[in-house]
Amino acid sequence: MINEVYLTVSLIVLLTMSVGLIRVIIGPTPSDRMMAAQLLGTAGIGMLLLLATALGVPALIDVALIFGLLAAVAVAAFTRRRVGRDEA
Amino acid sequence: MIHDLWLLVFDLVLVGTLIALAVAALSSPEPRRAVMLFIAFGLWLSLVWARLRAPDVALAEAAIGAGLGGALMLAAARRQARETAEGQTVVAQRSSPLAIWGLAFGSLIAAGALLWVYYQTLHGEPGTARLADLALDRVPESGVSNPVTSVLLNYRAYDTLLELGVLMAALMGIWSLGRAPAPFQPAGPALTAMVAWVVPLLILTAGYMLWIGASAPGGAFQAGALLGAAGVILRLAGHPAAGLPGETAQRWLITLGIAVFAVIGLALMGAGLGFLTYPAGQAKWLILAVESAATLAIGATLAAAYVGGGRG
Amino acid sequence: MSWIDWLSAVLVALGALFFIVGTVGLLRLPDLFSRLHALTKADNLGLGLIMLGVLPQVGGPLQGLKLLMIWLLVLLAGATGAHLIAKRALRGDGEDLFE
Repeated sequence: MINEVYLTVSLIVLLTMSVGLIRVIIGPTPSDRMMAAQLLGTAGIGMLLLLATALGVPALIDVALIFGLLAAVAVAAFTRRRVGRDEA
Repeated sequence: MIHDLWLLVFDLVLVGTLIALAVAALSSPEPRRAVMLFIAFGLWLSLVWARLRAPDVALAEAAIGAGLGGALMLAAARRQARETAEGQTVVAQRSSPLAIWGLAFGSLIAAGALLWVYYQTLHGEPGTARLADLALDRVPESGVSNPVTSVLLNYRAYDTLLELGVLMAALMGIWSLGRAPAPFQPAGPALTAMVAWVVPLLILTAGYMLWIGASAPGGAFQAGALLGAAGVILRLAGHPAAGLPGETAQRWLITLGIAVFAVIGLALMGAGLGFLTYPAGQAKWLILAVESAATLAIGATLAAAYVGGGRG
Repeated sequence: MSWIDWLSAVLVALGALFFIVGTVGLLRLPDLFSRLHALTKADNLGLGLIMLGVLPQVGGPLQGLKLLMIWLLVLLAGATGAHLIAKRALRGDGEDLFE
């Protein structure tokens, strides 16, 4: 029974991610697109934790850890600038 | 019944968004925007692998596809955009509509053929023993208990050796193209504070992935990609060499993976067993030795690839 | 379902609610900075609630520690990431000139 709850909630989180990606795709400035890393990173980890318990695959918790680390690297890659340039 | 319905809706939303992201990334008029969408696509694809109960592939996709591959492509796209604006490069012409339709039609035919093969594999007669069943039966003898690692490091070890060679060849290509581009601006206090704990955590997680790859999802490629990511974030925070040692030490690190692999293979051949045929008792330790060397090599190669060139 | 399962269900549902709030903010707020603010804060809180809800179900204290570590990591990295995005947007991003 609790597994059904987890699956339902993971579906809700999945839908919020999908709908949030609309902003990433249409977002007028590039900084809006950089928020893809924040959105997918945080919500993706939530969904992975729920799937790990609902599907019974504990390795997905390790995937969630990697997600968190790589989302941090991705945001840095999006936002950092080289020396001597005002743009990228 | 409700369970199946929820799973169906879940899968439809998952796949629908995946395709939408792919179309958005491919049809984007500007390369940097396309690469950002491609990184989002990579992260989403990792979620798809997680749903398909393939954690090893999900780990690799998140670390290598979305993280490192995305960072490399973003650097390339930005350089191209800057050089186009400065007039140093000419952007290619758009393809003719005929070419695009031809490509789409050809892709549809290829997809149909692949689906037919997949269907045949699932529903064909189960007469002879399938290779996957044979391989799974003998995993306990292979030295590790994770079937993915046993395939990569035992049954198909030669392929893994060649993959390390491909990585090294790619890096040699990058190094031969010229000097590294300008380093990144020095980090402010917030990023410095984050790097101070993220880099040790990445190294620790890499060691964890390497060790646990024997019995649970993980392995040398995921661990090496995490080390490479540590180098990438060091470079992004202003360190000019991505945390790597001097060039001579880099060359040693990069060749370490292939060297250890080849030396073990040749030693086994010299002992009369055949190239890379592990003896039953020592398989676990040989695999661990190869994986450790490969982790260091992959990490160094990816970090050096992100730096993007020699010191000049 | 025992009372712990009920507690888990409530926490996880609350977490999903905060994720919905975060996405609504992302889509409807008028300005990049307010969107960033809504996304980072609401999503981090939602993730914390989901983590608390999943915590009773994992196998063993080591897994539980891993979950806590993941949430701490997301908190710190999310805060730094939001700071980096805002700083870049504030500096008059040169990339905007090309779109």
